[in-house]
Amino acid sequence: MINILKTRLFKGVVTRKLKAAGARVYEPAGAELKALIAKKFGRSLNIRQVDTGSCAACGSEIIACNNPVYDIARFGINFVASPRHADCLLVTGPVSKNMAPALNRTYDAMPDPKFVITLGDCAFDAGVFKGSYYVESGVKSILPVVLHIPGCPPDPETIIRSLTDFLKDGSGPFKKNCV
Amino acid sequence: MNYRDVLAELKTDHNISWLKAEEMYEDEVYLWVGAGDFKAAVGFMSKKLSSPVSMLFAQDRRDRSEGFAVYCAFMSAPLKKWLFVCVSINGDSPRFDSLSNVVHSASLFEREIREMFGIEPAGNADGRRLRLHEEVWPADCFPLRKDFKAPAQIHPQQLHYGFIRGEGDGIFEIPVGPVHAGIIGPGHFRFSVAGEPIINLELRLGFSHRGVEKLFEGKDSHAVRLAECVSGDSVIAHSSAFCRALEKIYKVVVPLRARYIRAICLELERMYNHAGGIGGIALDVGFSFSSALAAIIKEKIQSLNRTISGHRFLKGVLCCGGVLQDIGDDKSRVLLETLRSVERDFNELAGILNSSVSFMDRVDTTGVLKRKTAEDLGVTGVAARASGLQIDLRRDFSDIYEIARFRMPHETGGDVLARLRVRFFEFGESIRLIREFVQNLPQGGLRSAEIQAQPGFALGYAEGWRGPVLYWIETGGTGAIDRCKIVDPSFLNWQGLAYCVLGDIVPDFPVCNKSFDLSYSGNDL
Repeated sequence: MINILKTRLFKGVVTRKLKAAGARVYEPAGAELKALIAKKFGRSLNIRQVDTGSCAACGSEIIACNNPVYDIARFGINFVASPRHADCLLVTGPVSKNMAPALNRTYDAMPDPKFVITLGDCAFDAGVFKGSYYVESGVKSILPVVLHIPGCPPDPETIIRSLTDFLKDGSGPFKKNCV
Repeated sequence: MNYRDVLAELKTDHNISWLKAEEMYEDEVYLWVGAGDFKAAVGFMSKKLSSPVSMLFAQDRRDRSEGFAVYCAFMSAPLKKWLFVCVSINGDSPRFDSLSNVVHSASLFEREIREMFGIEPAGNADGRRLRLHEEVWPADCFPLRKDFKAPAQIHPQQLHYGFIRGEGDGIFEIPVGPVHAGIIGPGHFRFSVAGEPIINLELRLGFSHRGVEKLFEGKDSHAVRLAECVSGDSVIAHSSAFCRALEKIYKVVVPLRARYIRAICLELERMYNHAGGIGGIALDVGFSFSSALAAIIKEKIQSLNRTISGHRFLKGVLCCGGVLQDIGDDKSRVLLETLRSVERDFNELAGILNSSVSFMDRVDTTGVLKRKTAEDLGVTGVAARASGLQIDLRRDFSDIYEIARFRMPHETGGDVLARLRVRFFEFGESIRLIREFVQNLPQGGLRSAEIQAQPGFALGYAEGWRGPVLYWIETGGTGAIDRCKIVDPSFLNWQGLAYCVLGDIVPDFPVCNKSFDLSYSGNDL
């Protein structure tokens, strides 16, 4: 208790300036992303993430996007707990046969308009797991995908850069723009 | 005690004679017994070595007209040996007597063998499949058999998984998953609750099953890239266990400098995961400030990983025969500098958590895993050390760690707090070890120049941050992988989680889960 009071008195509210390793890429991309989201989505883009059998590294990088260093929420991107609240489905993993029904049900539970983004090499075409008896050939064989974010796993800078570029001109490996 | 004394005792006291006993490497002994003696021999070994089943797996040898083989591995720290009890099984109607009523830790492995090979562990009452879910996969289709062909059209059985249900007045079921509210892997949990307390928890995993073991077959040493993707948070643990197994078979001598670099990377992996896990425990009881600090620590270490190896998860560091990335003077300077700043932050984090009464109140005596339960289930790694089991492969099987005077935590509580303290201790110890390793980094080559692929079999292992990762590999005539069995510590530890939450309330489940911090992908393979 004494310690807590002492810290409060002498230090005040503890804050520190954090600088990400890739801040030079990340911050401008984030500012651009914020403007785009404000314009196209009315301030916030809500994303529901589904892991369909990834090695969890992609999930870890998405969590890293939310850490105090990258803090993607300040640009208007929220990761939501229910597909009912989501504009966008973000899928990682090569789609294990066991997860295909759950993936479809999650997509069906989302309100229209909606779109699907894949993240990580194995979500594109099963990656290193290609040819296995138990994986589908990537998410795009099951759902309509509008953007793929490549990498194994993509780092936070790549994730935000890809999202910004996509919202800017609807580019990406899948040309169809649903937004 | 010598392993030969153990074998002698098996013969004299239990009247079990073996067909063949070979010491393959200095740390592996294979004991072949007759089909009738298998169960008794396994029971004896487990008691004698006071070890649960570390791995139990089958192999299809019908192409050599040898039927199937089943291997049961035990680890003995005092002998510094891995002891395999092996048996040959008739290929036409394959079955063996279930071991699970003499050694409980064999139970899950037996279910795995049944669904992957179609070998019947006669007497194992639990016929439910682990990974090939009944809803999407037909019966009598065994992927790890050599004559397996992926079915073109799948007609699943449309059966449903038989969850054990608690029934009675006021007992409710809460199904959760496989898609969860947070950003985590897929798994299904089914709680039976009487009011708030959990009276039974059923885990149904396997949603991340990708057929990894089958994918390894036919590949060569380049498959280390696949090993890195088995569990994305244990890249070094999996890739070094894989490389160790192949290096033993190919008789490759890894340069000492490479072994030190591997150890440094293994400890870095432990540090960023422990930081993330400690933050997760804080977050799951609603203490967001300290979890933010932990996230900063994790981020610092992952940025450091990128500086050192070019990858935030240390992918691409290892290769069969050594390492691909050097840690030169400039890199070790950055490494030591970052460690200082990380240590400062970490001490602050530990101070905040340890001095918060409400935090301690949530983690103390929550989710107790008793020592006896942990032993019976074969729980390993952090969870075992928190329940008072002193097991760590780094202590018993590594000269590098012995030179660095490796220390282990002493916790006995088995609750969330004990697991938290183990992770606190190991984080500090990792910092110390990395400093030792960097200081004593020997000069020399990074990898062995030439690798001669050859047939053979061996066990590779590494103590990852979660626990021991085991790879048993057999290569065929050309040196390509013929069978690869992987055991991630999550496989046995998930059972520990199912037991530790009993009697606790549902809101404590997330923090119990995070204190074990298990992998879905490593378990599901």
